[in-house]
Amino acid sequence: MPRESMEYDAVIVGAGPAGLSTAIKLKQLDPNLNVCILEKGSEVGAHILSGNVFETKALDELLPKWKEQGAPVKTKVSKEKFLFLGKKSSLSWPTWLLPSVQKNHNNYIISLANLCRWLAEQAEKLGVEIFPGFPASEILYKEDGSIKGVATLDMGLDKKGNKKEGYQEGMELHAKVTVFSEGCRGHLGKQLIKKFNLNEGKNPQQYGIGFKEIWEVSDQQHQEGLVMHTAGWPLDNKTYGGSFVYHADKKQIYIGYVIGLDYQNPHLSPFDEFQRFKTHKDIKKMLEGGKRISFGARALIEGGLQSLPKMYMPGGLLIGCDAGTLNMPKIKGSHTAMKSGMIAAETIVEHIKNKTDLSIYEKTFKESWIYKELHAARNVKPSFSWGLILGIIFTGLDQILFRGKLPLTLKHKHADHEALKPANQMPKIDYPKPDGKLTFDKTSSVYLTGTNHIENQPIHLQLKDSNLPINYTLKEYDEPAQRYCPVGVYEVQKEKFVINSQNCIHCKTCDIKEPSQNITWVAPEGGGGPKYGNM
Amino acid sequence: MKILVVVKRVIDYNVQIRVKEDGSGVHTDNVKMSTNPPDDNAVEEAVKLKEAGKAKEVVAVTIGDEKAQETVRKALAVGADRGVHVKIEGDVEPLGAAKILKKIVEKEKPELVLLGKQAIDDDTAQRGQMLAAILGWPQGTFASKLEIKNKVLEVIREVDEGLETIEINLPAVVTCDLRLNEPRYASLPNIMKAKKKSIEQIIAKDLGVDIAHRLQQLKVEEPPKRKGGIKVTSVAELVDKLKNEAKVI
Repeated sequence: MPRESMEYDAVIVGAGPAGLSTAIKLKQLDPNLNVCILEKGSEVGAHILSGNVFETKALDELLPKWKEQGAPVKTKVSKEKFLFLGKKSSLSWPTWLLPSVQKNHNNYIISLANLCRWLAEQAEKLGVEIFPGFPASEILYKEDGSIKGVATLDMGLDKKGNKKEGYQEGMELHAKVTVFSEGCRGHLGKQLIKKFNLNEGKNPQQYGIGFKEIWEVSDQQHQEGLVMHTAGWPLDNKTYGGSFVYHADKKQIYIGYVIGLDYQNPHLSPFDEFQRFKTHKDIKKMLEGGKRISFGARALIEGGLQSLPKMYMPGGLLIGCDAGTLNMPKIKGSHTAMKSGMIAAETIVEHIKNKTDLSIYEKTFKESWIYKELHAARNVKPSFSWGLILGIIFTGLDQILFRGKLPLTLKHKHADHEALKPANQMPKIDYPKPDGKLTFDKTSSVYLTGTNHIENQPIHLQLKDSNLPINYTLKEYDEPAQRYCPVGVYEVQKEKFVINSQNCIHCKTCDIKEPSQNITWVAPEGGGGPKYGNM
Repeated sequence: MKILVVVKRVIDYNVQIRVKEDGSGVHTDNVKMSTNPPDDNAVEEAVKLKEAGKAKEVVAVTIGDEKAQETVRKALAVGADRGVHVKIEGDVEPLGAAKILKKIVEKEKPELVLLGKQAIDDDTAQRGQMLAAILGWPQGTFASKLEIKNKVLEVIREVDEGLETIEINLPAVVTCDLRLNEPRYASLPNIMKAKKKSIEQIIAKDLGVDIAHRLQQLKVEEPPKRKGGIKVTSVAELVDKLKNEAKVI
């Protein structure tokens, strides 16, 4: 028997900034359109994690009255700092010497999760139907190969795929255009890129893993509106990464760390690098005596324009960081994600009205500010493949002197999973033990994410070859999954590879970094995963 | 038979509760909220009774602020027929809630009221019992099995010693244990339909009951941190520690 199905003008997968902006813009352009959004999190915002210093450019265009309408965009950036950290020292870089893309004086410190909740309210007021707790798990195709829509996951299956009491079959959602806005490394987006060869002629995508903690600190330690970034220690010259420290309202500090997933040393543990970073004297003094109230991690896009796949295909659009619109030197992707969604909406309306081909997406995209921005930013990340110091020198020239207009485009040569070197060729790293006050272990951290997956459901972290972790990856790379997973989902116990999938916070790092691409992340039962509050 | 089922909106059970610095309560801003888990069992049981032809109508009721309607919406999505939302500002104590519910019972005239055994926010486990008392109805609490036999209800209760089977006359109040059943998932089409169903809104004040607070909350604080365990080397040491340090034997 065929599954139940519903017809829509547009079905959007993922209620992040890109998907929500698409929906809002669609209803603004044509209130009669039927639009729905599927969201795998238990509510909008539950799976959103971002720094976030927010540039309002796209929001100004989408909802010009956002201030009057009460958008949670309130804490203006009042001061900026950039530090180069040595192990015990730090060098403050004068902000006038920062490239203009890294200046934030008109921006706001926000919680992107809360902005998404607010955008969802605006979308619902316009008549958009949002369904949290329903992951899209399957792409549906028409006979001619174009995208017909998506299907939601069956709910109530046991580990072996048998139906449990209360089983609910998934449902098909058919649309004139299906928009994929799952965020970085979306599991459907990955399939689309492969099926439609969307990355043909592009560089391999580059990723990072980002951590974030929210701390409550004392008045003396808090400077509302301060935005600080660091580079250097604890990472070595070859490893790309850095920190952010944002002083938000309510005496809260958003502190985080991003590490490029092109790191070479399989012994490196991104989680522990972040914990270690907090022990630097300049950082410690801002947190000491305070309380960590939230933790989370998420992979992000770093490839920029060189790695940006084609964003349209028959019947579908791939937008936001599901494609990869983050502006790396700006350290921002929310405004570009939103803009990519707004362009998607314009494209869809044109397509429905005038039967125009979806390829007009690319034309509009190229004419918009988003393209100019990404074009100017394109050479920064690849230059850091020469190391931190040469990267900084080049970036200084490229961004300050030439303002991103150098007539050359550097390439990303390798995919991140190809970057690891064999374990016996790389130094082991001895990370300090967490003290439970400033630095923490993975167990107490995952607890703060509110993560849960209903027990006895099919494992959503799938191995192509279940023997590979022990027979090959452990021997060759000391099974780096034990370290790159930010919450300890993967363990090697007595020569057995254990997957604690109920702890998964949906960051997608394993899907990206596994050296043989042996791990595939698929959507678990709806409502599972983290329950982030104000991330 | 008509069944009234009571649902409450509480902080989701997966969320780590954060106590406010001034001890006045816990943080609820942008915290994920859900239906109180045993209330889901109450809804499921009501819907099952309806599907089995034992009940004609299931009415879901909640007491709370505007957003509390979400819990009624969820009940409608899994099979409740109608919703009632009693709107209040701030908290209501168990006795106040029981008084409000009594008014709703008088209006709706159900023969069975189902509630969760307790709410995971205040954990009082009092509303059902108080409601039964002020209605003068029999009660079956902590039910893990329910069976309707003519005008009699057989309830198997989860008690400290094991299971207790009782028979009570209808109309009655029953509070539901998590073991009663496995709540179903709401399907997407049913959620869509539930969005369109109307929920009757009643302002608590208009019911004319005294819901003023009778309890004074002094302070909310976190439970003391658990001390780490230790490894003992022998049974003798373990016994010694249990006897002299922990003083439990």
